[in-house]
Amino acid sequence: MKHEEVNFQNEQFNLTMIPGSFARKMRTNIIWQFFRFMVINIKMLIVVSKSH
Amino acid sequence: MARLIIMGGGVAGHTTATFAKKWLGNDHEVVVVTPNSQWNWIPSNIWVGVGQMTKKDVVFPLAPVYKKAGIDFRQALATEIHPNGKADDDTPYLVISSTEEGKEGQTEELTYDYLVNATGPKLNFDATEGLGDGQGGLSGHTVSVCTADHAVHANDELQQIFEKAKAGERQKILVGTGHGMCTCQGAAFEYIFNIEHEARKANIRDMLDIKWISNESFLGDFGMGGLHMKVGGYAVSSKLFAESLYAERNVEWIIGAHTSKVEDGKIEYELLDGTMHEETFDFAMLIPPFAGVGLKAYDKDGSDMTDTLFAPNGFMKVDAKYDAGAYENWKASDWPVTYQNPTYDNIFAAGIAFAPPHLISKPMSSPNGTPINPTPPRTGMPAGIIGKAVAISICDIIKKGKDAELHKASMAHMGAACVASAGKGIFTGTAAAMTVYPVVPDFEKYPGTGRDTDYTFGEIGLAGHWIKHILHHMFIYKAKLKPAWTLIPE
Repeated sequence: MKHEEVNFQNEQFNLTMIPGSFARKMRTNIIWQFFRFMVINIKMLIVVSKSH
Repeated sequence: MARLIIMGGGVAGHTTATFAKKWLGNDHEVVVVTPNSQWNWIPSNIWVGVGQMTKKDVVFPLAPVYKKAGIDFRQALATEIHPNGKADDDTPYLVISSTEEGKEGQTEELTYDYLVNATGPKLNFDATEGLGDGQGGLSGHTVSVCTADHAVHANDELQQIFEKAKAGERQKILVGTGHGMCTCQGAAFEYIFNIEHEARKANIRDMLDIKWISNESFLGDFGMGGLHMKVGGYAVSSKLFAESLYAERNVEWIIGAHTSKVEDGKIEYELLDGTMHEETFDFAMLIPPFAGVGLKAYDKDGSDMTDTLFAPNGFMKVDAKYDAGAYENWKASDWPVTYQNPTYDNIFAAGIAFAPPHLISKPMSSPNGTPINPTPPRTGMPAGIIGKAVAISICDIIKKGKDAELHKASMAHMGAACVASAGKGIFTGTAAAMTVYPVVPDFEKYPGTGRDTDYTFGEIGLAGHWIKHILHHMFIYKAKLKPAWTLIPE
């Protein structure tokens, strides 16, 4: 059984989505996360600037 | 020379005091009255609660910072407001009671020209039987991460649980809200996933049953009625993402729950359908509901006029629409704009201390009449922005006169950036980085979801953890008033 399928056996979790190995690896992939770091910071700065 | 007194030295109070002093200079007096000798960066308390930071990492002494800034610091509890002064003197004044070592309980009267209530909340543990000790503190059946000391205690207890798990003894962990009217689900959310992360690091995850309990009617409500964001070309509810994370980390949930009684190793709770249940635990962290700090107000003749200044929940009345009525009538414009008290134009409230007009989430109650819904969150960013707006308004009044236009900072026109840690580690940590715009949904302006989905987003990853870690250092740097502190936004 794939890692992401294990918890679907719990009835409470059965109707949601669980990330697969690629999505989970990308969450801590340094290069991808550095890119996301830049993107998130820009988005947050826009929201901050709209809020002052 | 005008005297501005700020009650409270948290995010809102500290922001108001430091900006007001910077703008007013030595021509006017800025006084901060707070019972705490130390400033606490509360968002990092959850890392203290899992042993990944120490208390020293999240606090610093206020006195030297205020001395450097020229702010008069009184380590004391404000107990009474006399907005009309005394029988023979119209000058309004405060009564404060010292909490300084060696001077405990000594009272003093402080006159003011302008007053800002930024006391934050009272942690109302006693609202739930057994959660509090009957004297305002924790009972000891559960732990809390609301203060740095609470978080240190929480970690001590958690490490004992981890030791038992390492010894092969299965442990049950319960984290969430300790009452049907709690807010601050985000802190509990961060704590449960940091515990889960630390348990995986310690190779004891299989020995722990971790469960969430909350007054939210759906996961991802966070007291804001949830949020919708664009992900992968879809506009989706935060419910889907929250449930996904709980399912991925094998954390079961109980939602729509009012914790009615706490005992040693057991809670009783009522669900939105009116049914009563019990849940056992070996370790529980339950957030208490918030209330106003219990300030009293008195008229010239000594008569109690607390209800003129404060709402029944103890938070201060400001320029909000408190008679909006039923949920169907609620509007974004109900929310306060200037945070000025409607009766006294020299009194303002900032941060958690102001009374919201109503909930943000849809109000709900069980068939037994028990209200079970999150109350509105007022996180660091809105608190800081409101604190700064109040400082601008008061400085303008002092410098330009009573007719100066007040600065506006409605939570219905303000966004918030929020980073919720899901585990600490420079290469292994993750956090949910979110922005919402605006905090209070405006269904007239954004009829679909109440918010602008171009500026409302969320994603989980290492980048979010880096941001949370950077914010920790950045905001402590700012609060210490180090060079160029004003360049760091709230």
